[in-house]
Amino acid sequence: MEQPYRLELRNVSKSFGEVQSLRNVDLRVGMNEVVGLLGDNGAGKSTLIKIITGYHQPDSGEIIFAGQKVDNLTVAKARALGVETVYQERALADQQTLWRNIFMGREITGRFGFLNTKQIRAETERLMRGELGFTSSAVSASSEIVGFSGGEKQGVAIVRALYFQAELIILDEPTMGLALSETRKLLNFVRDIKRAGKSAIFIDHNVFHVFDVADRIVLLDRGAVAGEFRKDELTLDQLLEKMHHVAETGSLD
Amino acid sequence: MQASTHTSPPAPTRETRRNVRRFARRNRLQIGIIGVLVLLWLFFLALAPETFGQRSIYGAFMQSVPFFGIVAMPLTMLVIARDMDLSFPAVMAFSVTVFVLLYQSTQNVVLAFVACMATGFVLGLLNGLLVVYIGIPSLIATIGTQFFWRGMVNVATNGRAFPLTELRGTPFRELMVGRVFDFIPMQMFWMLVAAVIIWFLLNRHQFGAHIYLIGDNENSARLMGVRVRRTRCLMFAVVGLFAAFAGLLTSLEINNFFTNLGEGYLLIGLAAVFLGGTSVFGGVGTVLGTFVACFIIASIQPAVVAIGWSGFTTQVIYGFIIIVSVSMHAILRRRMI
Ligand SMILES: Nc1ncnc2c1ncn2[C@@H]1O[C@H](COP(=O)(O)OP(=O)(O)OP(=O)(O)O)[C@@H](O)[C@H]1O
Ligand SMILES: [Mg+2]
Repeated sequence: MEQPYRLELRNVSKSFGEVQSLRNVDLRVGMNEVVGLLGDNGAGKSTLIKIITGYHQPDSGEIIFAGQKVDNLTVAKARALGVETVYQERALADQQTLWRNIFMGREITGRFGFLNTKQIRAETERLMRGELGFTSSAVSASSEIVGFSGGEKQGVAIVRALYFQAELIILDEPTMGLALSETRKLLNFVRDIKRAGKSAIFIDHNVFHVFDVADRIVLLDRGAVAGEFRKDELTLDQLLEKMHHVAETGSLD
Repeated sequence: MQASTHTSPPAPTRETRRNVRRFARRNRLQIGIIGVLVLLWLFFLALAPETFGQRSIYGAFMQSVPFFGIVAMPLTMLVIARDMDLSFPAVMAFSVTVFVLLYQSTQNVVLAFVACMATGFVLGLLNGLLVVYIGIPSLIATIGTQFFWRGMVNVATNGRAFPLTELRGTPFRELMVGRVFDFIPMQMFWMLVAAVIIWFLLNRHQFGAHIYLIGDNENSARLMGVRVRRTRCLMFAVVGLFAAFAGLLTSLEINNFFTNLGEGYLLIGLAAVFLGGTSVFGGVGTVLGTFVACFIIASIQPAVVAIGWSGFTTQVIYGFIIIVSVSMHAILRRRMI
């Protein structure tokens, strides 16, 4: 039969008080697929991915990782299942050092939970000079990130997500605050994820970016899935047209 | 594992100077507070040499500072995580009540000691559970528990004091509050042990790493999988444990258990935390800062007396110090963000 999906959401709903952020959402991410998620502000994209990362518990619905239904998903569980995330709000701790930020929540520890600071610092130093491209000698693994520029902070959040060899990488508006060259680098990272046989969920308000790297595009509108397209099914213009239509009428046709 | 990238070796002096600068920047708060202590002591030495020029005053500091210092250090962790515990003096008293009652009825000092520590731990944990699972802000929750446990102390003892003279000369008392070389009180040794333990927890353990993250940005910590609730609960329990120990030291030193044990320590304990550079805004604070600040706080009163100012001045100075240190943080923080 068919291969299981890397991730499958079935009939997921989520409300915050009176606000129903998600209603009966089905979402599938293949074993080696980049899914682009598009939708207006407040459509529920971030809420959806926070359910996948175990931060929010859905009110109803199922979450299935590689064919296995997972109950009571937590952030720790999701990370253990190979999910890494660049959150829209970055999820950094400003007054802490770079190494504390990169290894936030999954510090390298030895016996009894003591930190292996030597290894943590060395790894941070390596990421800094490599992927992060920090060349200034003023910045070290022990620098507090409060002085970093917006783009640099975003870089920290991105490198952190890529470092842990995740199976599924979720990027919620990762290009926010990035310069052109950095954005291009990021899009290349996403292509690398695909090439490495992993999967990704990519959220961006820039349709061109999404269309560029996604294999499949899911349109979210007011908490519900309004449409789903494989990229080879339609052109960018057709996609834009459909998005306008959805925004105006709330449905595809 | 890859080695970190190699940079071409610049002139060693420049490299050294940069490292020194970096070290100074990173540890500015701790260097600052040590500077303050040294300056103050020099100042006092100049104004009141007959007091501050004598060994005995430093012996007195080592005798009395640990009674609140041992709690001030775990309290630092709590404040870093933006929590507060106003109940530790009552926890001190209730834990020692358990010690006293159990010792009286069984004459087994080891049992009484273990029960005392366990009581402190559990009462601390209860604070944590109230704060974390019921969702009461810790400032309010611990006002409640402080009344409750202080009340329980009085109920259990009928408000009566208990002499601990029986324990005089026992190895237990010697170990807890005896004198080394007839001069250094054992409680000072225990305060150093406490400092080392808390330092390791905060700086070299995942527990402490998570405390800093929670205090800095709890939402980020939660998004990245830090088990915020568990960490916070444990933090409160650790404070309770150290409070029990400090309470026991205090009572053993004076050979008496008074039901108002710990009452004078709440505000100076907190003052030491804030003076030591721990930010009320969370995410920032060091054990060394608190440790040094304890001695600064403790030297103000004898200095005021020795210099010949009115004793009332002490509180004015305490107040001034706290306002200045907290303002400094507010300003530094504003400048950073
Ligand atoms: N923690 C929360 N508490 C209350 N309401 C929330 C919460 N999180 C999200 N919402 C609501 O759910 C809806 C969806 O929000 P969400 O952040 O998922 O949108 P989004 O598609 O990511 O939007 P954007 O493109 O602006 O990031 C919004 O109406 C928002 O107000
Ligand atoms: Mg969003």
